[in-house]
Amino acid sequence: MTDTTTAITTSIVVDAPVDTAFAVFTGDMASWWPPEHHLLQAPLDSMVFEARAGGRIYDVGTDGSECQWARVLAYDPPNRVVFSWDISVAWQIETDPAKTSEVEVRFVPEGEHRTRVELEHRHLDRHGDGWEGVREAVRSGGGWGMGLERFARRVAGAPVSGA
Amino acid sequence: MPTYANRTAEALGALGVPTRRAIFEQLGERPSAVVDLAARLPVSRPAVSQHLKVLKDAGLVRDVQEGTRRVYSLDPAGIDGLRDYLDRFWNTALHSFKTRVEQQEETP
Repeated sequence: MTDTTTAITTSIVVDAPVDTAFAVFTGDMASWWPPEHHLLQAPLDSMVFEARAGGRIYDVGTDGSECQWARVLAYDPPNRVVFSWDISVAWQIETDPAKTSEVEVRFVPEGEHRTRVELEHRHLDRHGDGWEGVREAVRSGGGWGMGLERFARRVAGAPVSGA
Repeated sequence: MPTYANRTAEALGALGVPTRRAIFEQLGERPSAVVDLAARLPVSRPAVSQHLKVLKDAGLVRDVQEGTRRVYSLDPAGIDGLRDYLDRFWNTALHSFKTRVEQQEETP
């Protein structure tokens, strides 16, 4: 199911019931999210996870500025959540949904007070031609060809032609 | 979180500056010397040199001496490392998440 070339998977077991694990993951993101990973100019005030399919995930700065970096694609408490990853390779907001990857998180009870959290970040190849295009360009031995050029444009945030 | 300050995070940070991305993009098209980049971009030679240093320190760019010219090009190893970034990010995030959830359990 998992294409290891375009996805990464990881998991962790937490000593907490599945309801708690799900609630903290979705409802209290700012309490555990690595603090240096935000796109705001201002310091982070809070993270908002709109608890429904079609909802948004966004950061709020202390100056009131907002930065939406994900869309909630599936919301099935307390077992599963899927959201988009609207952040480009260059750690900028990606505005074209076709160029975004997605994150699925599953919460699997392993007893009354224990939950396994499985995370899959997939479709990384959708971030432009970056991830795989570059590898192929290197692997082909031809140096930096068209694949890289496209990658560089994506990284640079150039608009998609014809848009 | 200093333990997380790896080269890949540094690389992503280095590309967060528009001029630096423009230089990166130019080097994606062809390897170039400082003078070539300064001619193609609205940036002075010293500024180009400074940006190249940041890109090089981040592992995105490498340089080679060709006669009297120092020619810069993209570093394949640095680009390849970008994919590892999310893997490290999520491992860090989930460990932080575990700590938080278990604290919550102790203080109902």
